[in-house]
Amino acid sequence: MAEQQQLVLLDFWASMFCMRVRIALAEKGIPYEFTEEDFLNNKSQLLLDMNPVHKKIPVLIHNGKPICESSIIVQYIDEVWNHKAPLLPSDPYAKAHARFWADFIDKKLYQIGRNLYTTKGEEHEASRTEFLECFKLLEAELGDKSYFAGETFGYVDVSLIPFYSWFQAYETYGNFNFEHECPKLVAWAKRCIKNKESVSKTLPELPKVYDFVQHLRKQYGIND
Amino acid sequence: MAVKLLGIWQSPFVLRVKLALSLKGVEYEYIEDDILNKSSMLLQYNPVYKKVPVLVHNGKPMAESLVILEYIDEIWKNHPLLPEDPFQKARSRFWAKFVDDKFVPMIIRMLRITSDQKDNAAKETREILKTLEGSLDPNKPFPEDKSLSFMDIEIVWVGYYTQMLEKMLDVKLLDDENTPLLNTWFRVVLNLQVIKECLPPFDKLVAHYTNFHERHTTVC
Repeated sequence: MAEQQQLVLLDFWASMFCMRVRIALAEKGIPYEFTEEDFLNNKSQLLLDMNPVHKKIPVLIHNGKPICESSIIVQYIDEVWNHKAPLLPSDPYAKAHARFWADFIDKKLYQIGRNLYTTKGEEHEASRTEFLECFKLLEAELGDKSYFAGETFGYVDVSLIPFYSWFQAYETYGNFNFEHECPKLVAWAKRCIKNKESVSKTLPELPKVYDFVQHLRKQYGIND
Repeated sequence: MAVKLLGIWQSPFVLRVKLALSLKGVEYEYIEDDILNKSSMLLQYNPVYKKVPVLVHNGKPMAESLVILEYIDEIWKNHPLLPEDPFQKARSRFWAKFVDDKFVPMIIRMLRITSDQKDNAAKETREILKTLEGSLDPNKPFPEDKSLSFMDIEIVWVGYYTQMLEKMLDVKLLDDENTPLLNTWFRVVLNLQVIKECLPPFDKLVAHYTNFHERHTTVC
């Protein structure tokens, strides 16, 4: 008997963290409502009530109860809807390995990537170097596998693939080329988009994200 | 031995793992590493971060304390640390991440704080502790040795290391007016036998970090 489920996602189209949740929900074929938050200028009262600690998106509200932090939400989705498309492996060691790399992506990519379009001079140069080092580590971890866990799309792929939509912005402001620096990762990203409807239907167009980053820089008062 | 833990005595991240192994009665070999002269074993087992803790189980290494804790909970099923209910599990993970994202950078900042920045940093620390107090249910009894959970392991070390900072820097962080429930919780839980057995000696910790602070705030 199907349980009455009410799922609402507080979302922002350009957020790679929100994209993770939308991909996970799509992988599981779960219907949900989503509310686009005016995240930069006017956070809704619902968001402030549901995530009073961080006041950030994404928030998944399941039968009235909020779950916050994208990695935690994705694991929650995987545990509750465990009958289809498992994202984490069942073997505990493989699971720990997946969690390690998702955590690495969480700790490093967003903040360092942000520095690429918000800083200049020495700080920018240091961030650029560190950003590329992170991606080289991810490229080495992927190796010649189709996806991070092997032949099946999973948790680490979900954690990383949204960053692909930011690649044009990172390349422009970081002054490098991903295809040149990490060809395997670029091939992996294209594979995810080609093989996974959950990804192709979720990721925004790269130029649209690039325009958004330009808009962000104007808001922060950063000049070229 | 099947289980090895690479650590350093002063690390709260290592402490978390020790607590989890201790609560589950897991026998392990503890190997003390040297933060100033990292062993080749550490560099081999954790090439990404080159940090402790590293747990090695049947020859397979893993790093990052929260990842290790979840692994330990999955392998050794006695004394479960995480709740079964997915929502409560998510809630435990949320507060663990809060501590890592907010409290850890604050400690790192405090260990290098100059006297002119101290009051502001202390105020911010009290705010973080106030938020953390929101994770506690005032109607729930305090945990005992047999009921300590993932969230309890996450929060208890915050109390110990905050007490250390107070002593080191002569600053008020655990204010009974600000966080009465949290302070009581810390006092009770830090007194539990299984916790006391794993904690690094307080005076040694204070001396170690006082020395660290002096080295990092001396103006040349």
